[in-house]
Amino acid sequence: MGETSIAIKGKKRSSFKDKVKSIIPGGGNLDLCLTCGACASGCPASGLENMDPRKFLRMCAMGLDEEVTTTPWVWMCTMCQRCIYVCPMQIDIPQLVYNARAAWPRDARPKGIRDSCDMAMRNDSGSAMGTAPDDFVFVVEDVLAEYQEAQPEFKDMVAPIDKPGAHFFLNQNSREPNTEPDELVPLWKILHLAGVDWTYGSRGWAAENYCMFLADDDCWKHVIKVSAEQADQLGCKVFLNTE
Amino acid sequence: MKVNSEWNRERKIKFTIQDPCQIVRKSYGDAVAEDLRFVVRSVVGAENVIEMTPNKSNNYCCGGGGGFLQSGFTQGRHDYGRLKFEQIIATGADYCIAGCHNCHAQIHDLAHHHGAAYNTVHIWTLICLSLGILGPNERAYLGDDLKDVDVFHPETSLY
Ligand code: SF4
Ligand code: SF4
Repeated sequence: MGETSIAIKGKKRSSFKDKVKSIIPGGGNLDLCLTCGACASGCPASGLENMDPRKFLRMCAMGLDEEVTTTPWVWMCTMCQRCIYVCPMQIDIPQLVYNARAAWPRDARPKGIRDSCDMAMRNDSGSAMGTAPDDFVFVVEDVLAEYQEAQPEFKDMVAPIDKPGAHFFLNQNSREPNTEPDELVPLWKILHLAGVDWTYGSRGWAAENYCMFLADDDCWKHVIKVSAEQADQLGCKVFLNTE
Repeated sequence: MKVNSEWNRERKIKFTIQDPCQIVRKSYGDAVAEDLRFVVRSVVGAENVIEMTPNKSNNYCCGGGGGFLQSGFTQGRHDYGRLKFEQIIATGADYCIAGCHNCHAQIHDLAHHHGAAYNTVHIWTLICLSLGILGPNERAYLGDDLKDVDVFHPETSLY
């Protein structure tokens, strides 16, 4: 019986998959695929770019590194983790996707995502739209004053910025202050009526982080660090991410 | 002040719920999906909620996540979102409630792309509507069926 086993000769070369395995805590179970197809059958990205999660994983397992680190499909998988959720072996395909994104030269990655990350690096807001802290503060104060006057029942409503010791540190998607400021107000009203002690930060107020989507770890870390440090410096207890 | 669904008792406007991958599957699981439903039912009436299948932790991503909205792959994003779009249409709901900005933008765009009639709304809008404190200028994402319902300080309208 021993004769029938197949011995693979030579030193196994380190592949993209092995590299990712060494990065993910726990290894991501990347060698445990049963090829059942549960991942692919429930993945909305299946079929795009002639790819699906099972196929992507198989290609990684076969060492087709060139193909898996160049297919644009990695920008069409949203890393939603549904594949992990349904996989009998909990295989972390999204981590493969993330690291395949990171394998692209930065200036070859999708321009829109890269520009949004670069905008966030311009100042301490962390906003994908590049909005400066002063502009955010101005919009918030302006909108608040307008509503306090127009709706006198809410004359005591607040929208604090950098309030020391506030319980909740709330961040804010850039879309509202930039393009639809009236949409800021309903949430302020709810927090006011519920008697919630909260604050925005002038630094790190923006909720989105396109550097993460860009798979740019250094920039991603910088953006989240500014935000976390602001919450810490103010002495806030809970970081409330509204994104 | 407490929310209620009285405003929708006769209107019977139907709502479906998008479970954001980030909040539900990737963070707090079905427990937070149940919390979300408790709020939605209180605000629009339990009989006016129509669920998508599958949902909660097992939901399909809408295609707004992962940077897709800014990636430039618009065709791919619309193809990705077809599954979500068909789920929403199958409910027949007038509104899809999206608890995440990326979901909101994508689901709103899917309706636009397919010429569908449903609206995409933030939960904060509905909470304030049910409390009677939603002003005329805070209704960007409400359809004509709700633009004039229980308007707070209608005299401040800019439209
Ligand atoms: S669901 Fe898991 S085990 Fe099944 S094919 Fe996909 S990765 Fe492999
Ligand atoms: S994480 Fe990517 S591969 Fe997995 S189900 Fe979501 S879109 Fe598909």
